[in-house]
Amino acid sequence: MAKQKTPSAPARTKKERDAATEKKIVTLATDVAKRSLAGNEPTVRVPTRTKSNTLWNKKKGILQMGPAAQERGLFNLSQAKSFMQTMLHSSSIKDLIAAEKTLSLRGMFYKGLHTVAGTKEKTFADQDESDGILEDLEVSLAALREELHIFAKKAGTMVGNITIIDSGDEIDCRRMGSGGYAIPSIVEPDVIKFKKCDAKFVLHVEKNTVWSRFNEDRFWEKHNCILTEGGGQPPRGVRRLLRRLNEELGLPVYCLLDCDPWGHYIYSVIKQGSISLAFESERLAIPDVKYLGIRAGDYRACGLSDDVQIALNDTDIKRAKEIAAYPWFEGHKGWQREISGMLNNGFKMEVESLITKDISYVTETYVPQRLKAKDWLD
Amino acid sequence: MAAKEAAAVAEPKKKSATPKVDAESMATRQRDISVSEFFAKNRHLLGFDNPRKAMLTTIKEAVDNSLDACEEAGILPEIAVIIEDLEPTRPASAKSSRYRVTVVDNGPGIVRKQVENIFGRLLYGSKFHRLKMSRGQQGIGISAAGMYGLITTGRPMAIFTKPKAGQPTHHIELAMNTKTNRAEVTFDKEVKDFPPDRLRKLSAGTRALAEQSGFLTATEFPTGTSVSIELDGKYQRGRGSVDEFLELTAIANPHARIVFVPPTRVTEDDEPDVLTAAEASAAAVAKVTTETNGVIVFPRGVHELPRETKEIQPHPKGIELGILLQMLKDYEVTEKGGTLFKFLQDCFCRVSASTASGMCEAIGLTSRTKVADVGPPQAEKLFKVFQESKLAPPPTDCLAPIGVRQLLAGMLKGVRAEFYAASSREADVYRGRPFQIEAAIAFGGELPGDETARVIRFANRVPLLFQQSACSSFKAVSETGWKNYNLSQPRGGIPVGPLVIMIHMASVWVPFTSESKEAIADYDEIRKEMKLALMECGRKLGTYLRKRQRMRREGQRRDVFERYIGEIAKALHAIMGADPKAIYDALLEQANARTAVADQVLDEDGKVIKDEDPSGPDDDGVLIVHDAIAPAVTQLSSTPFAPLDFGNSSKKQTSQGGATAKGATRQSRGTGDAPSRSKGKSKADAAASPKRTAKQAPESAARAELRARAAKAASRKPGSSKPSNDGPRLF
Repeated sequence: MAKQKTPSAPARTKKERDAATEKKIVTLATDVAKRSLAGNEPTVRVPTRTKSNTLWNKKKGILQMGPAAQERGLFNLSQAKSFMQTMLHSSSIKDLIAAEKTLSLRGMFYKGLHTVAGTKEKTFADQDESDGILEDLEVSLAALREELHIFAKKAGTMVGNITIIDSGDEIDCRRMGSGGYAIPSIVEPDVIKFKKCDAKFVLHVEKNTVWSRFNEDRFWEKHNCILTEGGGQPPRGVRRLLRRLNEELGLPVYCLLDCDPWGHYIYSVIKQGSISLAFESERLAIPDVKYLGIRAGDYRACGLSDDVQIALNDTDIKRAKEIAAYPWFEGHKGWQREISGMLNNGFKMEVESLITKDISYVTETYVPQRLKAKDWLD
Repeated sequence: MAAKEAAAVAEPKKKSATPKVDAESMATRQRDISVSEFFAKNRHLLGFDNPRKAMLTTIKEAVDNSLDACEEAGILPEIAVIIEDLEPTRPASAKSSRYRVTVVDNGPGIVRKQVENIFGRLLYGSKFHRLKMSRGQQGIGISAAGMYGLITTGRPMAIFTKPKAGQPTHHIELAMNTKTNRAEVTFDKEVKDFPPDRLRKLSAGTRALAEQSGFLTATEFPTGTSVSIELDGKYQRGRGSVDEFLELTAIANPHARIVFVPPTRVTEDDEPDVLTAAEASAAAVAKVTTETNGVIVFPRGVHELPRETKEIQPHPKGIELGILLQMLKDYEVTEKGGTLFKFLQDCFCRVSASTASGMCEAIGLTSRTKVADVGPPQAEKLFKVFQESKLAPPPTDCLAPIGVRQLLAGMLKGVRAEFYAASSREADVYRGRPFQIEAAIAFGGELPGDETARVIRFANRVPLLFQQSACSSFKAVSETGWKNYNLSQPRGGIPVGPLVIMIHMASVWVPFTSESKEAIADYDEIRKEMKLALMECGRKLGTYLRKRQRMRREGQRRDVFERYIGEIAKALHAIMGADPKAIYDALLEQANARTAVADQVLDEDGKVIKDEDPSGPDDDGVLIVHDAIAPAVTQLSSTPFAPLDFGNSSKKQTSQGGATAKGATRQSRGTGDAPSRSKGKSKADAAASPKRTAKQAPESAARAELRARAAKAASRKPGSSKPSNDGPRLF
């Protein structure tokens, strides 16, 4: 398997990318066939996607995949089935490329699904099995998911002072009504082009409820920005779009997330990438993203009532300590203070807790104040 | 005799209680009690306590006698046991019924003048006065059975005996006079007919057997004896039945062929099962028990007689003080003026001249001291010296163990299992008497898996049917750690699983717990030997089971690999156009090579049978019947392989690819395991054919035919018969 540390440059045309992907799949298959006919055990090299194989690149400020990999062999009882599944999905992807179509993860599950000849066993027990194999293939082939013609379900909304072209349709994100523009999972330049952008920054909020608050208050209009939302942990499409806005248009990205370990981790993923997608950090991570709030100190600073407190449970405390120990947070005084502040409080706070002050406190007071005071964590 | 003594003891008591009767008047009533009279009243002592047991005891005594007689005369025993129901119309609820039991053997026969003594007197026999291994010991058995018959039915015992080939047969009928312990001859005639023709024509079953494979033919019975006893008995199958007794006898006496004709209510109208010629000949040569038309045949498993045993003198350590005193007295009578020195050498085994003189000195006498001058104090000293002196154990040529190969043959014909192991220990000594323990186990096959193991016990080749838990062997089985051999065993109990455990004790004198001879007394030496024998068998089973487990695992592994190979070949074809068949074959070959263990045929000790394996019977005491091995392993070769559809290839290619792949599967498996498998089978064949019954024989023949056809089909396709790595290369 050809090892390719950096994913293919996005500048190439769709056709070139497809040709490259197809070549990778054929190479993989040829390797398996060669080994089989030579009487050797056919194997596929799958880089390991675990924390232990995730390296913290301090210089770049992102997570990267380490060198560890597993040889997945046919004649290993615990790997035989996944080996077969890898071959099936490789074949399916080649079909997709040839047909110039894309499928969802669920669609891929069904494409590969059938009964193994001569048995009652199905090729995939459930979609999770199929999803895992596809992630393995991404890293094995060093190809992006969209290069494999696979998309994830849409989960993310955007609105703001920007006009884009999505698959040929011009979309003015100022005129998206109350629902906003749904960010697709594939946002590569051949799908989405930035036509015109007057916005000065991007505000990313954790979930749709908060986003609606901001949209209703026309925050993006008043502050000339782009407002996005990722439905909790943002999917790849949202992260990739944020990264492109940051990288290609030079817009700073601010996050408004809950004050809990979950929120902290969302920030961490946006900033330096995730463990399971460490191989994509190069094109997903936004090292200079800013954490605007909610901060542990806001409880006192904003004079919130006792009612907004949600007690930290054992899992939260454990998770908070884990996050504090991540190498990229470990040496960061601000974050250490933030996390221990939350632990000392003994409770977490959601963005919505600011509503107890006033319905539009967050849009009219909280965020503008922070932005003005440049009061954030990075 | 015990009764006589009791009467003598009772005498003074009675005298004081009833002064009217004086010693004189009592003396008129005191008289000898005949043994026959005593046992007629106490028949439970001899095993005639109830109708069912009476039937069993009668047959047991007759069969034991027949086997002993044949072996002593050096004849391979042919025995027929026939039970006729004389009251077939009785109500089903009847507690007992009248039967005629006939046992025919091809033994040496009995000379005319001895007939009355042998069959008509209790305590008359050749076996009581010697230290030699034999089945019967006291000489009570057959005459007691005749007496029981006479008492319950009034009918005398009918004997046909032919002591010389070509000479007439004596037909004698005897009724025992219990008063005199003598037989009265009620009928005596010379006839030509032996074995009696009547027996061949008894039922549809006997007629069919006589026609198809010979039954009670004159050539098989040039000499011999037939005993018929009519008695009040009960025939019922199950534990402790005649069937079980004969089954076990056949196991312990693989050199004997036994035909059993159980009673049938319907005799004449019965349509016999029509066996084809092939089936009939298969049944005739079958090495395992077959039942056709209601007649059960326990075939001969081996063709050698047991080793002839020698009589031995008692061992000094094996006698009691009282016996020693009696022996000294007897010696004085027979050898007037004999010396102690000579006595020691003549009357005991393992006493050499130097040992004898050493013993004489040890008790303060010289080697010239006469036996007459040895008083009780010296005798007691001598007895102590016996216990302390270092003597070689008694000779063991007085023992005739069954032997490992014979044990296996016996178990094979009686128990349908997949694995057999046997072990024969060296002779050992208890109380100065030599004995030898043998054990065998059968595992798997058709044995029930969720029950406690069946323990079958034998003493001098005679099955012990009752009082299992009182027997030393039962303790030995419970004390053996079967868990070490991959079997489950409740704490301190009999193991649970598809297992039959056989224990045999051969000895010049088997220590029974009671006169009924049903359980072996629990001597430490005996139990230790039993445990060692069981452990030896257990170890072999353990290794076999572990190996089998591994084979099964490998089989499953291969199954998994094979399952996915077709998918992979298809996917590769779709991606880069690789020849799916070439890929399939190459991967299949690898899968087979990687799981080669699954093809292995095992011998005992879990060793893989190599091609050059000698086909001779096992000397190491293990037999594996591969046809009986549980499905998980064998199914591999019998699972029909689903034809493959190699997707995008043209239609013609598809079908061909599928077919050839199928052929190749069979073929590569065939080359992998066929030779070793057949080796394994020939191995089993040599000891005893794995064919089970006449009914099973055609089935396995059909299977063999299928296999042959598959091999032929594979070789017809030139492409598929070639190993796939010679095929076209893709790259």
